[in-house]
Amino acid sequence: MKDKKDLPVICCEGEAPECGCGPAEQQEQNYAAAGYPWQIGLVKTPVGPVPRVATALERKDIVGGWKARWGMGRMDYRIPPGLYAVGEPDHNSPVLVSGNYKLSFDSLRRELSPLNLWLIIIDTKGINVWCAAGKGSFGTAELVQRIGKVCLKDLVGHREIILPQLAAPGVSAHKVFKQSGFKVVYGPVRASDIPAFLQMGCKATPHMRQVSFALRERLQVIPVELVSMTKPVLGIILALLLLNSLVLLRDGTFPASAILLGQTLAHVAPFLGAILIGTVLVPVLLPYIPGRAFAWKGFVLGVLWTLAFVLFIAPAAGWLQMASYFLLLPAIAAFLSMNFTGASTYTSLSGVVKEMSLALPVIVISAGLGICGFIVSLFV
Amino acid sequence: MKYRYLKNIVTLQLDAQKCNGCGMCVEVCPQQVFALSDMVSSIQDRDACIECGACAKNCPCGAISVRAGVGCAYAILMSKLKRKGVCCGDSCGCEVDPGLLGDSRDSIQESGVSSQEKG
Repeated sequence: MKDKKDLPVICCEGEAPECGCGPAEQQEQNYAAAGYPWQIGLVKTPVGPVPRVATALERKDIVGGWKARWGMGRMDYRIPPGLYAVGEPDHNSPVLVSGNYKLSFDSLRRELSPLNLWLIIIDTKGINVWCAAGKGSFGTAELVQRIGKVCLKDLVGHREIILPQLAAPGVSAHKVFKQSGFKVVYGPVRASDIPAFLQMGCKATPHMRQVSFALRERLQVIPVELVSMTKPVLGIILALLLLNSLVLLRDGTFPASAILLGQTLAHVAPFLGAILIGTVLVPVLLPYIPGRAFAWKGFVLGVLWTLAFVLFIAPAAGWLQMASYFLLLPAIAAFLSMNFTGASTYTSLSGVVKEMSLALPVIVISAGLGICGFIVSLFV
Repeated sequence: MKYRYLKNIVTLQLDAQKCNGCGMCVEVCPQQVFALSDMVSSIQDRDACIECGACAKNCPCGAISVRAGVGCAYAILMSKLKRKGVCCGDSCGCEVDPGLLGDSRDSIQESGVSSQEKG
C-alpha cells in the first residue's frame, strides 16, 4: 500500500466499496466455493479459503464441451469469476489469469495437472479470451479491479501475473502495472504450452506466440456454423413446398402427394449443397482454395458445385432454371464463406470491410435475380 | 503454411522515432508482424496484420496506431444494420455491441472510399 493514488482498488483497507475483503467479497468467494463438479475442496490462504480446481476433466465436462460446440447451452457455460487454486500453491506460486468461458477454463485446467499455481478468472461474460479482449470485456479495468478484489497483494509475495497472449488486444500491460503494481507477462497463445512456458522461466518461443488455424481448429468451429443454418434450411424447405404445391395446384393435381415431396426434395438438394459448401467445405479446404477473399473462395466452390449438380446429379429443367442455379447457388456459398471470416484467425477488420463492400452487392443482386429466375422457371 | 488475407489494406502505423525498443509489440503480436533490430521495432510483415490492436494497446510509448477491430463479416453486417445481437450466429458467443463497434462503423465508410481510390 505504498501509493494510494495509483490504486483505484485498495484491498483490505477501510470501508472502500470495492474492497476485496469486505463482506460482499466473502459472499462471492463462498459462492465460488459452493461445490462445483470441477472443484476439489478448498485451500486455506491468508485471504480466505480458495476453491481448488480439478485438473482432470470428467465425462460431464467433455459432454458439456461437445454440447457447447454444437451451440447448446453455451451461454450458461460460465465459471464464477474469482480466485482459484491449482495443486498446492503457496506464497511464491505463479498467478495465471483467464476468462470465464467454460470451454477455455476446461482446456486450461487439464493442461495444469502437475503444477501448483493460482488462477484468477476474469468475468468475460462467458466469452473466450480473444473475443472478450477484442470487444472490451477482458480489459485493463476489469483486470485491475479483480486483482484488488481477490487481494492478490496479500496472497503472493511476487508482483507478476501471467496473461494469455490473446488477452493483449484488451489489456495495456503498462497501465495494469501502474494501477495495480503487478507486472503483466504474456504467456503462450495455447494453454497446452503453459507447462513448457513456466519451465523456461516464463519465456515463450516464437511458435508459442503464433496463432494457428489448423484443420482440427477449423473443424471445431464447423458444428456451430451448421447449427446456425437450421432455420434458413427449414425456411428453404417450406418455401419450396409452397411453390411446388402451387405448381401442382395449377396443373390440377392435389398437392398432398408423393409427387410434391419428390419435387421438393429434388429442389432442396442444390441449396443444401451450396449451404454445406459455405459452412463445411470452405472451412475444411480453406488454405487450398485459390484466392484470398473468403467470399471468392465460396464463390469458386459454389460454381463448381452448380456445374457438378447440373451435369452429373440432376439436369436443370430448362435454361432459365440452369441460369438461376448459377446465379443463386454460388451467391449462397459466397455469403456463408464470408461469414466464416469471424471464426478464422487471420482476417483484419479493414480486410473484411473491403471484401464486404465488393462482394455483398454482387451477392445480393445475383441471389435476387436467381430467386426470381428460379420461381419463374417452376411455373413456365 | 501461413495464411494470407487481402494485401495492402491494414491500417497499422509505426512511428519508429517514438520506439524505445522494449519489444512488447513483438511479444503480443499473434501474427509476427514486427521485428526488433538495434533496439528499434519495425514492421516486417504488414499484410499479416489482423488489426487486433494488441501492439498499440501495449506500446508504452504510443508509437503504434491501428484501427483495431474484429475481422468478422457477421459483426460488421449487424452493426451496419444497427442491430444488437449475438455475433457469428453463436459461434464465438460475442455480443455485437453497437457502442464497441461504433468507431469501426464510422470508419467503414472511410475505408469504403479509400479502397475504391486505391482501386
